Amino acid sequence: MNTNTPLYELRNLSKRYSRGGENIPIFDNLNMSIENGDFIAIMGPSGSGKTTLLNQLGGIDKPSTGEVLFEGQRIDNLSQGQLAKWRSANIGFIFQFYNLMPTLTAAQNVELPLLLSPVKKSERRARIATALDIVGIGDRAHHRPRQLSGGQQQRVAIARAIVADPKVLLCDEPTGDLDRTSADEILKMLQVLNKDMGKTIIMVTHDPEAAKYAKTELFLDKGEFIRRERK
Amino acid sequence: MLKQIFAVTALNLRSIPQRWGMSLATIIAVALVVSVLLAFMAMSNGFSATLSGSGSDNVAMVLRKGAQTELNSGISGEQIRLISEAPGLSRDENGNTIISAELYVIADGLKRSTMTKVNLPLRGVGKNAMQLREGMKITQGTMFASGSNELIVGEAVIREFAGFDLGQEIRLGPNTWKVVGIFSTGGTVFESEIWANAGVLQNLFRRGNSYQSVRAELDGADGLEKFKQWAENEPQLSLDIQTEKQFFAGQAGSLENMVNFVGWPLAIIMAIGALAGAWNTMYASVDARISEIATLRTIGFNGFSTFIGTMVEALLLAFIGGLLGALLAYLMFNGLSTSTLSAGFTQVVFKFEVTAQSVQSGIIMALIVGFLGGLAPSIRAARVPLTSVNGG
Repeated sequence: MNTNTPLYELRNLSKRYSRGGENIPIFDNLNMSIENGDFIAIMGPSGSGKTTLLNQLGGIDKPSTGEVLFEGQRIDNLSQGQLAKWRSANIGFIFQFYNLMPTLTAAQNVELPLLLSPVKKSERRARIATALDIVGIGDRAHHRPRQLSGGQQQRVAIARAIVADPKVLLCDEPTGDLDRTSADEILKMLQVLNKDMGKTIIMVTHDPEAAKYAKTELFLDKGEFIRRERK
Repeated sequence: MLKQIFAVTALNLRSIPQRWGMSLATIIAVALVVSVLLAFMAMSNGFSATLSGSGSDNVAMVLRKGAQTELNSGISGEQIRLISEAPGLSRDENGNTIISAELYVIADGLKRSTMTKVNLPLRGVGKNAMQLREGMKITQGTMFASGSNELIVGEAVIREFAGFDLGQEIRLGPNTWKVVGIFSTGGTVFESEIWANAGVLQNLFRRGNSYQSVRAELDGADGLEKFKQWAENEPQLSLDIQTEKQFFAGQAGSLENMVNFVGWPLAIIMAIGALAGAWNTMYASVDARISEIATLRTIGFNGFSTFIGTMVEALLLAFIGGLLGALLAYLMFNGLSTSTLSAGFTQVVFKFEVTAQSVQSGIIMALIVGFLGGLAPSIRAARVPLTSVNGG
C-alpha cells in the first residue's frame, strides 16, 4: 500500500432502497476518505443513513452505486465469501446490544473470530486472556453474558472485536444501551485502543457526549456530510 | 472450515434448551412416525417368521389343482390311495410311503384379549402327522386316542384363545371334545391349530371319505420332481404339489402386502405431518437466532457453516425421535403375541418382531424427515441478511 493511500476512500457512494415501488435515497454521492489511526464519530438524526454507511464500510451491505476502497482496493465488488474473509482479517465490530452468544462464556465469545484463523488452541487461549485483560474483565472469562452487566458485556464485545488484531473497529452506537458511567468507561477504552494500539475507529452515535471522545466528528444529514470538525 | 462448522453447530445445539417445547414436539412427532412404521414392520416380520419357519423342504404339500389353501381343497380317499404308491416318496421299513391325509375345518373359538368369536383351524390327522412336523412334541398330556372325541391343541391356542386348557371339555361343531394334550412345534404356524382324529372329523362334518390335503415325506432332493411328474401323468389326479415350505412362504405374502399397502402409506402420511413439525421447529430455531447468525456472518463465518449447523440440529432432533420411536416400538410390540386371519380364513398366532433391520429403516425414515424438514430453514440460516446484525 502506498503510504499516501487512505485507509478508506468512498467515491460517489449512493444507497437507495425500494419500498412499495418507490426508490428512496438514503444518501447520494458521498465522498470521503478515512486515514489510518483516525477515530471518527458519525452523528446525525435517525434515518440519516449512519448505520447504512457503517454497513458499507464493514462490507456487510453493498452500495447502490459508487465505490468503497480499503487500502486502495475496492471491496464493494467482492463476493460474499471474499467479503467474509476480508472482514475477519481487517474489521472488528462492536454493536449497541453487544450481540454476544448467550450460550457461550465470555472467553468462548471472544474466541469466535480466532476460529476463522489458523491460530492454534494454546495461542488462542493466550490471546483470549490478553484481550479480556485489556478490557479489564479477565476475571469474568467463564461467565455467560446473562451473568454480566451491560457495561461488562460491552467489554466482552470489545475484547471479541480486538482479539484477532484487526486494523479497524466499527462501532454502532456502542454506548446506546449503557448508563453514563459505563458509557464513559467504554469510550475511554476506545480512546486507548485508538491511541495506544493504533486502531482506526469509526463510531456511529447520536450522543454528542460520546462523540467528544472521537478525534473527528462528522454530521450526516439529508444524504450528505454537513459538518466536519477535526480536533 | 471445520472449526467454523463445529463452532456454529455447537452453538445451535447448546441453544436447543431455549426451545425445548418445540424441539420436544418434533422429537415426539418423529418418534410416533417411527413407532407406527416399526409396529407394522414388526407385525410383518413376526407373521413372515412364523409362516416361513413353518413347513419343511422334505415334505410335499398336496392340494387339489387350483386350490390356494387347504380350506378350498378336496382330495378323495381313492386319490389318497393312489398317492400312497407314488414314486419320489420315502418309505418306512415296511415299504410304505410316509403320508398324512388331513382334513382342515373351521371351528369357533373365543379370543382371550377381546372375547370375540374367531375362526380356529381344526385339523383332522392320521398316525403319520406328528412324524411329518419337524420338532413337534406333546408338552403336556397325551396324544388323542384314535377314534375318540379327544383333542390336542397347540401352545399358541392356549395362549390366545379361551376354553382350551388341558382336561377341559369344549363344544366344537356338532360334538363335545376333551382336551387331552398340548403340543409345541417350536413357534411355527401349527401351534395355532387344534388336532383331532381325521376319521372322527369326517363323520362329524359329513365329509365321507374325502380329505383336503396330503403331506408326504420326500425321498431325497429329486423326490419332489419325480412325484410331480408322476402326478401330472396320472389321469385320475389333478393336483398342485409343492414343498410345505413353499406353501407357507406363499401364505405369508398376504400380510406383507398389507404392510406394503397400509403400513408404509400410513407411516408416510404421518411422516409428512412430522415433517411439517420439524420444519416449523427449525424455522423457529433460525428465527430465534437471526441476530446470532448475522453476528457470526458479520464476524466472518460463512453461510455454509450456518447451513450445516442448522441441518445438524434438525437431523439430531429427528435421530433422537427415531431412537425414541424404535425404543417405544420395541417395548410395546416386540414379542407381543397376537393372532390374525390367515389366507386359510383361520387365525394364525404369531409374535411381533422388531428386528435390527426394521429399526434401521425407521431411523433412516426419521433422518429423511429431519433432512427435508431442516432443508428450507437451513437455507434460510445461510441467507440471513447481514444487516440483521444491527437489529440487536
